[in-house]
Amino acid sequence: MTDDKITRPQISTHMPSGSPSSLPLGLAERGYSGVIQHLSASDAGSALSDVELESRLIELGFVEGAKVEILHEGIVGRDPIAVRVDNVTIAVRRREAMAIIVA
Amino acid sequence: MEAPLLHLALVGTPNSGKTSLFNALTGSRQKVANYPGVTVERKEGFFVTPLGRQVSVVDLPGTYSLRGRSPDEEITRDIVLGKASGETRPDLVLCVADSTNLRLTIRLLLELKRTGRPIVLVLNMFDIATRRGITVDVAQMANALDVPVVTSIAVRKGGTADLLKLTDEISAQIQPEPQENTWRPLSVAELRATQREADRIIASTVSLPSRPDTWTARIDAVVLHPVGGLIVLALILFVMFQAVFAWAQPLMELLSSSFDALGQFVHDTLPAGLLQSFLQNGVISGVGSVIVFLPQIIIIFLFILLLEDFGYMARAAFLMDRIMGGAGLHGRAFIPLLSSFACAIPGIMATRVIDNRRDRLTTILIAPLMTCSARIPVYTLIISAFIPAKQVWGFVNLQGLVMFGLYAAGITSALLVSFLIKFFMLRDYAPAPFMLELPDYKMPRLKSIAIGIFTRAKMFLQRAGTTIFSMMVLIWFLASFPQPPVGAADPAINYSLAAILGKAIAPLLAPVGFNWQIAVALIPGMAAREVAVAALGTVYAIEGGKEAAEQIGQVLATKWSLATALSLLAWYIFAPQCASTLAVIRRETGSWKWMATTFAYMLALAYAASLATYNIAVALGAG
Repeated sequence: MTDDKITRPQISTHMPSGSPSSLPLGLAERGYSGVIQHLSASDAGSALSDVELESRLIELGFVEGAKVEILHEGIVGRDPIAVRVDNVTIAVRRREAMAIIVA
Repeated sequence: MEAPLLHLALVGTPNSGKTSLFNALTGSRQKVANYPGVTVERKEGFFVTPLGRQVSVVDLPGTYSLRGRSPDEEITRDIVLGKASGETRPDLVLCVADSTNLRLTIRLLLELKRTGRPIVLVLNMFDIATRRGITVDVAQMANALDVPVVTSIAVRKGGTADLLKLTDEISAQIQPEPQENTWRPLSVAELRATQREADRIIASTVSLPSRPDTWTARIDAVVLHPVGGLIVLALILFVMFQAVFAWAQPLMELLSSSFDALGQFVHDTLPAGLLQSFLQNGVISGVGSVIVFLPQIIIIFLFILLLEDFGYMARAAFLMDRIMGGAGLHGRAFIPLLSSFACAIPGIMATRVIDNRRDRLTTILIAPLMTCSARIPVYTLIISAFIPAKQVWGFVNLQGLVMFGLYAAGITSALLVSFLIKFFMLRDYAPAPFMLELPDYKMPRLKSIAIGIFTRAKMFLQRAGTTIFSMMVLIWFLASFPQPPVGAADPAINYSLAAILGKAIAPLLAPVGFNWQIAVALIPGMAAREVAVAALGTVYAIEGGKEAAEQIGQVLATKWSLATALSLLAWYIFAPQCASTLAVIRRETGSWKWMATTFAYMLALAYAASLATYNIAVALGAG
């Protein structure tokens, strides 16, 4: 999968703090690639508790500094997404991916 | 003196090739059961090391950490910690890693080390890693991790030789004094720290090629395409369905006629009487009616295991996740529910691919609502007797439309029930968010698949031989005792306990339009749904033979009102008319409670549906 073109969706005004170009992975489009800045489970609105969600994300390799790329997305609501994390592919729903802040 | 049995445990992340390694080590010397009280599969196997040490090995549920966030992962944690009751603490833990994908397993290993158990890191699928240009400095990795590291190629003959040799060496020097367990659940910061540590070790010992597996990317470009992917999925399912119905048919007929022949042989050999009836109608036809499903079970598991080993199952779950998610079902429930259209038994057994207990339980509870093939004879009989074969809207056959409606009613109600279960019964479970590794594609290995099918078939036959067999004997007993008086004119079943029961419950079934003959036929129909057709024939004293089914239809058309017929159709969509399914639910969930729950809710649905159908039909003048 090579995608030279990096597409960044519009960043809404109430973005979590960080560098101006950072955004939650849950809002990124297919083909997006970037690096994980930090995890922010409280922004995700997942059914899991913040600690649980953060733990699971780390266990699947979503740690600061990991390279991520959105490879595929589902047909309904472009959800879930298949994310390349370093050299593993992980499927997550966009809701949970909101906790992963990338740039 | 012979050394005591050495206990090994395989621990690893999902998709680490743990199960292929397990198969390679133990071959067919496996025992599959459930851990007591939970819906978690317990797989144990045995082998002998080159130096002659007897070894038992358990394949523990795949996990990314020892936190134990699901019953499966709790099992893994408790066994490694030696806390699981009735389980031996492993002498040696084999941490199995996919060599092409070490990050998550190395982190798990760092966590495992804190338990104080002797550990070996097994770099499995080492051949694939080498082919992709991944090189691992094994000696240095062992040094950095401070555990022995060994490479293995589970799918190749002799690919586990190094592991076996190492097992012998380690087992010779395991200290009887266990080391202290310093493990406790890791905080988020500790998780991060272990992942960083793992990444550091990998960076210093592994060189990765810059490009990912191109085959996986190429296949995924089609298979995970939002539209193309669904078309591929539909094609795979079409082939699977065809196989289950078309390929299995000749074998099923062969089995069925063999059992008939065997029954006939017993009938001809033994003098008429109780023993003859017990062997022919109780044992042979009872067990036979279940074993007939063996070809379907083998074919479904062939497909499931092939797709699972290839790496497609995770993709199917990805494609179906949102589509099924609306009804509270997990993407992985898709294949088991689909299998249930053939028969709920393999469907329920196939729910083992769902690793979350809540999702698995929901799927097991609704699987029997899928219209299985055993309902088809009953549907066909009633539809052809009562529904005119006329065209509606110019092009649709009314009989076909009713058949379609019955299937649709099954599916709709299954989705509704799942939705209700999600809201009312299992709400205290944290729902499993869909977070799933999509592993690289791998060529399935025939030996591994064969072992998998063999174990399932064995398990099914053992069930047919125990739980299902005893239910069949009970049903035979009800239909045969007490015996008719000498010179009785009516069929024997009319004097039996089944008839007494049938007549006793007939008043309860009167509001839904069933007469006592239907009530009586429903009892042997518990053996298998289609048996009710034959039982109706017996109750109405129709001579058997080739035209029997047609004759039954004609007789029914004169004896029942249309409202009764429709009511019986509605009943069959929902009713828990299958002792084997109930027995399998009992075995798979490890609890009578869930079997009783299934029975009760399906019975309630059946009664309500029939009551509504009957009364509406009567009100419309079909009574």
